[in-house]
Amino acid sequence: MNPKIRLRNFILLGSISVLFVVLPAVLISVGVIDGYTAQIFTLAGINAIMAISVNIISGITGQLSLGQAGFMAVGAYSCIWFSQVALMPLPVAVIAGGLLAAFIGFLIGFPTLKLSGDYLAIVTLGFGEILRVIFVNLKGITGGANGKRFTTILAARADIAWVVIIGILVMVVILLQNFLRSTYGRAIFSVREDEIAANSNGISVFRYKMTGFVIAAFVAGIGGAIYAPFIGFVKPDLSSFNRSVDYLIYVVLGGMGSITGSILAAFILTYLQEFLRFLQEYRLLFYPVILILVMLFRPQGLLGMKELSFTGLMDKLTAKRKPENG
Amino acid sequence: MDRYRSSIVDTLVIFIQQLINGLSLGSIYALIALGYTMVYGIVMLINFAHGDVLMVGAYTGFYILYALGPSPLALALAFLASMILCAVVGMTIERLAYRPLRSAPRLNSLITAIAVSLILQNGARVLPFVGPNPRQYPTMQTVNISVGPFSISNIQIVVLLVSVILMLILNYIITWTRTGKAMRAVSFDFKAASLMGISSNRIIAFTFALGSVLAAAGGILFATAYPQIDPTMGAMPGLKAFVAAVLGGIGSIPGAMLGGYILGVAETMTKGFISSQYADAISFSILIIILLVKPTGIMGQKVRVKV
Amino acid sequence: MAKSRKDASKGCRISDVLLTAEDISIVFGGLRAVSNFSCELKQGELVGLIGPNGAGKTTVFNMLSGVYTPTEGTICITDAHGRTHNVHRKKPFQLSKIGIARTFQNIRLFGSLSVLDNVLIAMHSQRGVNPFDVLFRTGRFYRDEERLRSKAMEMLALFRIDAKAGELARNLPYGEQRKLEIVRALATNPLLLLLDEPAAGMNPQETSELMELIGFIRKNFNLTILLIEHDMKLVMGICERLIVLDYGRVIAAGPPQEIRDNPAVIKAYLGEEAMIDA
Repeated sequence: MNPKIRLRNFILLGSISVLFVVLPAVLISVGVIDGYTAQIFTLAGINAIMAISVNIISGITGQLSLGQAGFMAVGAYSCIWFSQVALMPLPVAVIAGGLLAAFIGFLIGFPTLKLSGDYLAIVTLGFGEILRVIFVNLKGITGGANGKRFTTILAARADIAWVVIIGILVMVVILLQNFLRSTYGRAIFSVREDEIAANSNGISVFRYKMTGFVIAAFVAGIGGAIYAPFIGFVKPDLSSFNRSVDYLIYVVLGGMGSITGSILAAFILTYLQEFLRFLQEYRLLFYPVILILVMLFRPQGLLGMKELSFTGLMDKLTAKRKPENG
Repeated sequence: MDRYRSSIVDTLVIFIQQLINGLSLGSIYALIALGYTMVYGIVMLINFAHGDVLMVGAYTGFYILYALGPSPLALALAFLASMILCAVVGMTIERLAYRPLRSAPRLNSLITAIAVSLILQNGARVLPFVGPNPRQYPTMQTVNISVGPFSISNIQIVVLLVSVILMLILNYIITWTRTGKAMRAVSFDFKAASLMGISSNRIIAFTFALGSVLAAAGGILFATAYPQIDPTMGAMPGLKAFVAAVLGGIGSIPGAMLGGYILGVAETMTKGFISSQYADAISFSILIIILLVKPTGIMGQKVRVKV
Repeated sequence: MAKSRKDASKGCRISDVLLTAEDISIVFGGLRAVSNFSCELKQGELVGLIGPNGAGKTTVFNMLSGVYTPTEGTICITDAHGRTHNVHRKKPFQLSKIGIARTFQNIRLFGSLSVLDNVLIAMHSQRGVNPFDVLFRTGRFYRDEERLRSKAMEMLALFRIDAKAGELARNLPYGEQRKLEIVRALATNPLLLLLDEPAAGMNPQETSELMELIGFIRKNFNLTILLIEHDMKLVMGICERLIVLDYGRVIAAGPPQEIRDNPAVIKAYLGEEAMIDA
């Protein structure tokens, strides 16, 4: 890619990112966007991070994981611990929470990813639920079934919360895209496409499944680690299977393999959730029915494996100005 | 010295008592594990919805027992009705949700299976005559029979008897009937079986029906032993039964039975010697250990992928 | 050479031959799919592995490429530095790095990835970056990507499918998919190329082109080829020597002319549609 285009892309994406991060925060702080709406969309940002986590392991690496909520809970509780007990500053506690989740992902993935993909689904399902039982029982650290309070500035100031959380979302997306658009990303895609062919062409299938799983666990841990200071309260059911399924639904609807699809689906569905409150119990029925319908009639979801690309859009717009390019 | 001796005796008593309890619980896990293993053996799918078929069976039994009172006749009727209903449910699920996706990537089938499970659970919650709240299951009076320091209840005896009878019938079907042999053929090689004139679709439907019948029975037995039912009651036993199937060797019918009993005993031993709170965690630990040590399970064989 | 049975993990002695398979057998749940298969492949040879359907040819490939582990026997390969490795217990991706590449009977491309990406993936072990370079897009990342891309495009151009570099692999016509699979295998810089029925499904015109292609590969790449094929015209036309398998055993080996007249071979093929005439 020629350096001029590289620079143009950098400026384009940089400005758009800054816009997404800063503009709404300004609007929130001056009151144009009210606190309630701000909270919904910030929560959507966290849901987007979780959806990305599911997408990394299930959409991109092609291995179904039903326990990303478990990693989120690890990140959440450990962030509180790192912050309150180990007295780390919040940013450090957040990263530490992510790293701990990644480590646990490594421990779980190691025996499981050597086997066929079905086993990962079951192990991760059990993982989330067992974690919930453990969190309920470790009352001293986690506050038991009643949960744990964690008041921070993020819970108090909606504009700062937006900047931090969306900022983290943007960073995750950028780093992830950088990773995926490289030989490492190609290696992971090959594992998804055909393990046997990948293996025969020099790709260590186990290593790259682990890579995908550990990165996904890290991202989920980060999601949890900023959820805790933002919501201000963590309960053991954060790690439950039902929440993992919620995040899976975002990814299936957005398109397994599409990062922008997951973000889009997370924002749309989180927003809709508020309107769907009146459905109450039926909402729990609504989602799995949609899931089956998508699986049966449009398994690629909204975007399939494609991404919404600002640089792609820019390329198309600038190409139009040169008629000889057709 | 006496204190030492008596504590050994105490431990032995608890051990044997929990063994008895474990065999009873294990029978239920075995029944459900059989459904998982048969379906996995034939279509390579983890039927996440299987545990919820158990719930449907339990509720069907509930309504019959509620209406007729917990007499032995009503219980027999409950078994019959729930088995029939669950067989239909199982076959319907296979036809509508799994068959269309047979040629799709495995991930899609797994996701669909989860969705079916959630539909069953949440569907039951919103049904007006079911509802999300737990119900008390009408059971017969518990009569404890003491044999020395050990006791076994009439319910446990019923559970053991019914399970063993059903497992024997299943064994007969698989080994001696044409349909059973066809099932084994299809699970061995789908295409070859079709070439031999076996209608694989029908055999698969039959397998699902068979598994669901066992789950129905398991559901009623489970509800009889633990008489509180709610729409999510199938999730935990379902998960544990799946672990049992993996433990015994997924795809192996004797393995599912063996795994069920081992898991049941392991769970009751944990309740007896460690704590009942961690009894749930024991099945997960067993899963991880088995995956580390012998992922194909006790009686499983390595499946070679045809390249 | 005295050898204990079932000692498939025995060490390999230094050899000037590229690959030796000594008495390899494999048993699948009571069925002996391959028995006592032995062969020696010298550098630069083009050898054909033939036999009726179900004779165990792909099974032999799977053992040579590490997909299956033989129950008995030893397979040894000599790498580019002259070191010998025991193929037993090595995973396919490790063997790929040592220098064994293969194609598959039913074509296994990375369907939803582009033609270029398919080749780039095979070059993953030749990368010159680390995760830091990738995450933070250093200059080294761009240079390495450029290096890999131009090398991959060169290979695609050599085989005249560079025009379709951006297309999804699954959208290619059948013949080009087969070609791409071979190009991908070549991109791993192999010493030994295992081709599993490369002419399957091809008409005579395409088969001739394939024969030219294989000849082209022999001329321009320094490697050994072992090929499974049913098309006798191709086999007789390009192979230097043949190994014939039937029911998992070697029933004959030698130059194509000898094999053609070998009664045991003719008997094995009787009833087959394959015409044994050149």
